[in-house]
Amino acid sequence: MAQAVLNLPPSSLNPDQLKENHQALQKEQRSEARTMFRLTLPALLIVGLLMVAPIGWLLSMSFVGQDGSIGLENYILFFSEAVYREMFVNTFVIAFVVTAICLILGYPVAYLMAILPSPWSGFLMLLVLMPFWTSNLVRTFSWLIILQRNGLVNQLLVWIGAIERPIALVHNMTGTIIGMVHIMVPFLILPLYASMKAIDLNLMRAAANLGSTPAHAFRRVYLPLTMPGLVAGTIMVFVMCLGFYITPALLGGGRIKMIAQRIEESLALYPTWGPAAALAVLLLAMTAICLGVSLLLVRRLTAEMRG
Amino acid sequence: MTLPSTTALPVQVQSLSKHFGEVRAVDDISFDIRPGEFLTLLGPSGSGKTTLLMMIAGFSRPTNGSIRIAGQEIVHLPPHKRNIGMVFQNYALFPHMTVGENIAYPLRLRKVGKAEIEDRVRNVLDLVQLGGYADRRISQLSGGQRQRIALARAIVFEPRILLMDEPLSALDKQLRETMQIEIRRLHDRLGMTTISVTHDQREALTMSDRIAVFSKGRLAQIASPTGLYEQPESRFIAEFIGESSFLPLRATPNGLAYGDQLIQFDEAPQHTSGNMLLMLRPERLRLATGDTSGEGANYFRGRVQTVVFQGESLLFEVMLDGGHKVFVRVANRSDSARLVPEEGQRVTLCLDRADARIVRAED
Repeated sequence: MAQAVLNLPPSSLNPDQLKENHQALQKEQRSEARTMFRLTLPALLIVGLLMVAPIGWLLSMSFVGQDGSIGLENYILFFSEAVYREMFVNTFVIAFVVTAICLILGYPVAYLMAILPSPWSGFLMLLVLMPFWTSNLVRTFSWLIILQRNGLVNQLLVWIGAIERPIALVHNMTGTIIGMVHIMVPFLILPLYASMKAIDLNLMRAAANLGSTPAHAFRRVYLPLTMPGLVAGTIMVFVMCLGFYITPALLGGGRIKMIAQRIEESLALYPTWGPAAALAVLLLAMTAICLGVSLLLVRRLTAEMRG
Repeated sequence: MTLPSTTALPVQVQSLSKHFGEVRAVDDISFDIRPGEFLTLLGPSGSGKTTLLMMIAGFSRPTNGSIRIAGQEIVHLPPHKRNIGMVFQNYALFPHMTVGENIAYPLRLRKVGKAEIEDRVRNVLDLVQLGGYADRRISQLSGGQRQRIALARAIVFEPRILLMDEPLSALDKQLRETMQIEIRRLHDRLGMTTISVTHDQREALTMSDRIAVFSKGRLAQIASPTGLYEQPESRFIAEFIGESSFLPLRATPNGLAYGDQLIQFDEAPQHTSGNMLLMLRPERLRLATGDTSGEGANYFRGRVQTVVFQGESLLFEVMLDGGHKVFVRVANRSDSARLVPEEGQRVTLCLDRADARIVRAED
């Protein structure tokens, strides 16, 4: 039997049969594309219904003035009133400071995770991820207790003699930043760790071999190679900070106003949703710009390395 | 073209050891490398050859011992102060720099002037036959080109000696063979003392002045490629370098014998104590025809078990009447095809007196 198949002359396939095959294959390809579309349809519907439609509605509401007129009234409000300017500055300063502290704290941790042998790096990863499994609200309240006037930190500082009387650690900028850093640090560590893990440690050896001191090798070789992860993590933290609500609301004690709190207040303050919607649109736009820039940066950095 | 002005310095390794707990990765190794010599450290994985190289480069701290270059002790120096060039296994070229920046890296660190850096980068690129590649990105290079750039970067700063860690293992077979000859030629032009690590015996035989064979952290034998192939000291070396079959020998009043058959040697073996083996290289055994009673050679009778066609040669597996299996290689020439015995056929094998070698049974 096998012999018979092997001996089948090639001429037994006539052009008509080949053409038939070709048509059948094309039909299969088209039906496959249709199946693909049908399978993604539910997801597309959900995204459209829950994302695109509400954002469109929000956008349209932001142009409705308090007297029902259509215009840029709400947006002009933000740029004319000092409260809003201060709030924007506040938001950006807090986001910037939190990101910077996360960077300083997160880089060494990510590095340690990348170079430690497996059981230790796994343990460290567990410690980094642990906070993810607790709600932000619970963690923020915990900070309220730890940082309060008679809290753990103040008692400790008084006991070791660093300060004479308890200092204000919450209900201000300090508390807000401490709480936000705690929540944000893992978002910086994870992308950093990923890009560090991908670095061939022989590169550091090569740098030393060519004459670099460890510090020089770090600056010229290691740091540039972690740039994609660094930029991705930094922008992610920064963007998430811009929209923070719970932590600044609780730990800032009403004194520190960030954009999300203003949105909430605007709803209570004004009879229409216009100002709140306009603020939300601004936040969305800023976030989109930050993400877009970071995407471009990361893509360029990675392309530079891969060519 | 101006070549990097290299020096030929002697290297001395004395009583060098590296222990990881109970494991002795490198166990009390001593050898001298002559100025300008190309020495290859050869051995199976885990034999300690790479650890030894890492200790010379300064990436691994020895437990004990001394490494001297031109008489200067370097064992306490950190890697960046050793001034040793190195080609890494996967080249370790900096992916975020161009070819030119990679090669200029060690020169910038040494505060070489800008114009001179440009000159030297251009020269060394010409030397490795990649002139005009300075502005390419590393990712645009093929494996063979990366290999050359790694070599260029390792020699451009005129290091005292050159190390290579499995420099060709990432290349395909054909390119590897070309590069072996090219590296050897480059070494001859530069005259730099070079230490290379490999597990590829052919690479070692092709490139080296001498080969140091390692086994289980110890130096098994150090000799020229010819010396190692023709006069291996132990069965381990004979099996690692080239192919071999072995016949057990026993001492008799008249000399060494395989079974009842006295073995004829050109030079009477000096050490005949312990377990001795007769080493049979497949290409030194011949299929005997005609008179097989002469005094000039040793004859063994047996039956062909398998015949393998390998292109340039035919490999016969022959079971001797004494119960030992040996391999015979016959060059594939047009006339030899007619003499080829078939499987199951009885044959007589001939080993010239000059090719009769004994090796120690143990390592």
